[in-house]
Amino acid sequence: MSSLQSSAWRAASTVIRRDLLLAFRRPGEWLQPLAFFLIVTLLFPLSTDPELARLRQLAPAALWVALLLASMLALDFLFREDANDGTLEQLALSGQPFAVLLLAKTATHWMLTGLPLAVVAPLAAVALGAPASSVPQVLVTLLLGSVSLSLIGSIGAGLTLGVRRSGALLSLLVLPLAIPTLVFGARATQLAMVGESVAGPLYLLGALAVLGLTLAPLAAAAAVRISLE
Amino acid sequence: MLEVSELHLWRGDRHLLRGLNLSLAPGEAMQLLWPNGTGKTSLLRTIAGFLYPESGHVRWQGQSIDQDRDAFHRDLAYQGHGTALKADLSATENLRFACDLRHETSAAQIHDALDRVGLQGLRPDLPVRSLSAGQQRRVSLARVMLWKARLWLLDEPASNLDASGQQILRDLLERHLRGGGLALLAAHQAVPLDSAACRLSHSPGATA
Repeated sequence: MSSLQSSAWRAASTVIRRDLLLAFRRPGEWLQPLAFFLIVTLLFPLSTDPELARLRQLAPAALWVALLLASMLALDFLFREDANDGTLEQLALSGQPFAVLLLAKTATHWMLTGLPLAVVAPLAAVALGAPASSVPQVLVTLLLGSVSLSLIGSIGAGLTLGVRRSGALLSLLVLPLAIPTLVFGARATQLAMVGESVAGPLYLLGALAVLGLTLAPLAAAAAVRISLE
Repeated sequence: MLEVSELHLWRGDRHLLRGLNLSLAPGEAMQLLWPNGTGKTSLLRTIAGFLYPESGHVRWQGQSIDQDRDAFHRDLAYQGHGTALKADLSATENLRFACDLRHETSAAQIHDALDRVGLQGLRPDLPVRSLSAGQQRRVSLARVMLWKARLWLLDEPASNLDASGQQILRDLLERHLRGGGLALLAAHQAVPLDSAACRLSHSPGATA
């Protein structure tokens, strides 16, 4: 049993190393969502009265909606290419637990899209009028939220693999599932910006992330298997 | 030992495989030379476990493959239509990652496998995207070889291969069969194997 477990770990780390190397060879792919996020958050002050008090009110909503849309945009890179060139089939046939391999892919995807977004977002928050003292709390909120979004997204990306132009369908599937994350995430950011305790919504975000971590890989594996039929 | 019994498979509204029976013993190969659209690929994908048949069984070493799919997959090397190679990685990197998914493989073994498929002169950092289709096919043959699986399922393995590439494929298959391996090939032209243990099947109805 332990040799099986260690070979599953080796397989998972292989997937992570491979996807990181590929991303390193093609940086454009994962920089796109980041650029998209920065532009969307920039559009908010431009489209409203640039008064700081007003921006500060809008900031949590702007950040979270932009984060949600940017991570939607990034989801298309998650499984699509591996499905097209047959790599996903080979992962399914590797004799390793498929859910673990897909979790490794999702984790790498989060490192390349969710993590940079969560790191850049507090800067955008400051630009939108958040006090500098709230940055650590906003960062933690966004990190937890982006983990959930990547995990939920992996289910949607798996389900829509068989669809040629999956963008709109993917959003229809994933956005409703992302609502709890959005609600608690925006609330936590709002509380952080006015200097109140964020513990409540933060715990709920953590719970959502753990729920996603336990269930999403299994659901994604089932979804991808259906798409491979 | 691979056994397929009374396999019925529907794809959409087409009844593709109607009670197909097939068995392969160690050291045996079968080439499916069925006409286009009669279910060669679907049969390979059913045996690999991607498609679920309406009825019938696929058994490996006497056990239904549904019982322990992961164990069956560790004995299986499947090469489908896609090359499953990453265009931005070199041949060596591709093989390294493909092998690490399954078991420890040394750099020498990978080097050796590339030699054997006739790609010894390749620049080590050359990305697979700049290889020709035939060279990419050779890399995927090297991968099948490196997996050391007992059962090979190869879908059109000879496509894009030149004469020397086909000779290499023939050699690999014969070595695999001599070592007690099993192979099921879907092809539109038979790979001329010397081995007496190679059977040809010309239509889904005429399979033993």
